[in-house]
Amino acid sequence: MQSSLQKTPLYKFHCELNARMVDFGGWLMPVQYDGILSEYHQCRESCALFDISHMGEFIFEGDLKQDGLDKILTCETSGMSLGSSRYGLMLNEKGGVIDDLIIFCISEKKFMIVVNASNIEKDFEHLRNNLSDSSLITDVSSKTAKLDLQGPLSRDVLKKIVLGTEDLEYFRFDSFDILGEEGIVSRTGYTGELGYEIFCSPKKAEVLWQKFLDDDRVKPAGLGSRDILRTEMAYSLYGNEITEDTSPLEAGLSRFICFDKEFIGRNILLQQKENGIKRKIVYFLSDSRRSPRHGQSLYASDSKEIGIVTSGIFSPSIEKGIGIGLINIDSASDGDKIFFGDEKNKMPAIFTKRPFYKKGSLKT
Amino acid sequence: MGNEEEYLYTKDHEWVCFEDSIAFVGVADYAQNALGDITFIEFPEIGAEVEQFEQFASVESVKAASDIFSPISGKIIEANQDLASAPELINKSCYEKGWISKIDPSDLDEKDNLMTFEDYSKFLEGLDT
Repeated sequence: MQSSLQKTPLYKFHCELNARMVDFGGWLMPVQYDGILSEYHQCRESCALFDISHMGEFIFEGDLKQDGLDKILTCETSGMSLGSSRYGLMLNEKGGVIDDLIIFCISEKKFMIVVNASNIEKDFEHLRNNLSDSSLITDVSSKTAKLDLQGPLSRDVLKKIVLGTEDLEYFRFDSFDILGEEGIVSRTGYTGELGYEIFCSPKKAEVLWQKFLDDDRVKPAGLGSRDILRTEMAYSLYGNEITEDTSPLEAGLSRFICFDKEFIGRNILLQQKENGIKRKIVYFLSDSRRSPRHGQSLYASDSKEIGIVTSGIFSPSIEKGIGIGLINIDSASDGDKIFFGDEKNKMPAIFTKRPFYKKGSLKT
Repeated sequence: MGNEEEYLYTKDHEWVCFEDSIAFVGVADYAQNALGDITFIEFPEIGAEVEQFEQFASVESVKAASDIFSPISGKIIEANQDLASAPELINKSCYEKGWISKIDPSDLDEKDNLMTFEDYSKFLEGLDT
């Protein structure tokens, strides 16, 4: 069964570390090594190393406007300076989300786009179909490994191994000499902590992985802790908060949409703005340690079903369950009590504001 | 308590140990490991009657929620209150500090339906293959 799943260049290291491996979007990925909670604390308090090589990387070479890339993405891309990166979305004609991504400006005519692993083929096809023939789009995913080094100590750890990285600012990147080979280091992440995403060749990633782990301050962390870290920050996860059937306005992502330019899906979103959206994203806090789970229902205080839980976890920092959900607009207001669960078991919760975790070292 | 070699086990990886005439019940190492970090436990009500192999508690871990089945019939007489604020004791000490409930057993012949440590160890070997 597992033979059909793809493996990252670091697969053998995960096995050596006795990681628990799971199918994640067609990839065999480590969900945990020593334990999800200890890996969570490792990232919040020290430095955690994640293998994120399953994610997709495309290189675009061409003119942003003339070749149509700017029209595919919701974020403003013109005016991006060299070494800057931006979070954005690709929408379908219905205004649903094909994927969320980060675009990196390598030069005026060259950009890297980083997308979700499970969407690589779909995204690439969408880009190819909508870009002009005079531009070039290349899928470099299979020859690009990605390591995320995240945590308050990550700057100190990284600067000893990749020289010159300590001055990188939030959402900036540059190319660096990574163990004798050129690679990209970006001051981005998915944890809410100070951290870096490192793009390099699979061969270098193997050496880099071991070098990082030789530092006593670093421990490997799996996708289990990553999901808790990102949920505490209320970051969207594709397939949970955002899908082909979710409007980014419903998902609370309007700050990543530039209406001052043309983009695919813009007309629908403008209509939604005008007529009002049907659902809205909410953030809620369980009354207890009981945690909501993805796919459960949300209920108003009169037991009427009002929406679904898109993400739910136990928050180690709050010591309660926390959740993100989509509810029918106007079905509940800020001060209302709501319930999560199913018809048989309904657990009380209250609305709260994002992020759940406010003490992250992200911008330090 | 404390010597799991003297406990009796279920196929669902619960254990029971008898002290005087009282049964302590909990989950075995295999179960706590499979569940991952435990974050919440729901206890049965004190005084409730449970049947052998019937659900009597549930736990939530960082991964999922799971039912716990009673290894023995009887009346629930106490819940391990330490677990309410520190459910991770089940991960750290599943055979001792992580006990879940005390049961006043109603039928000691039910022990015959459970596995000894030796049988359970063989049962686990079968699961790993």
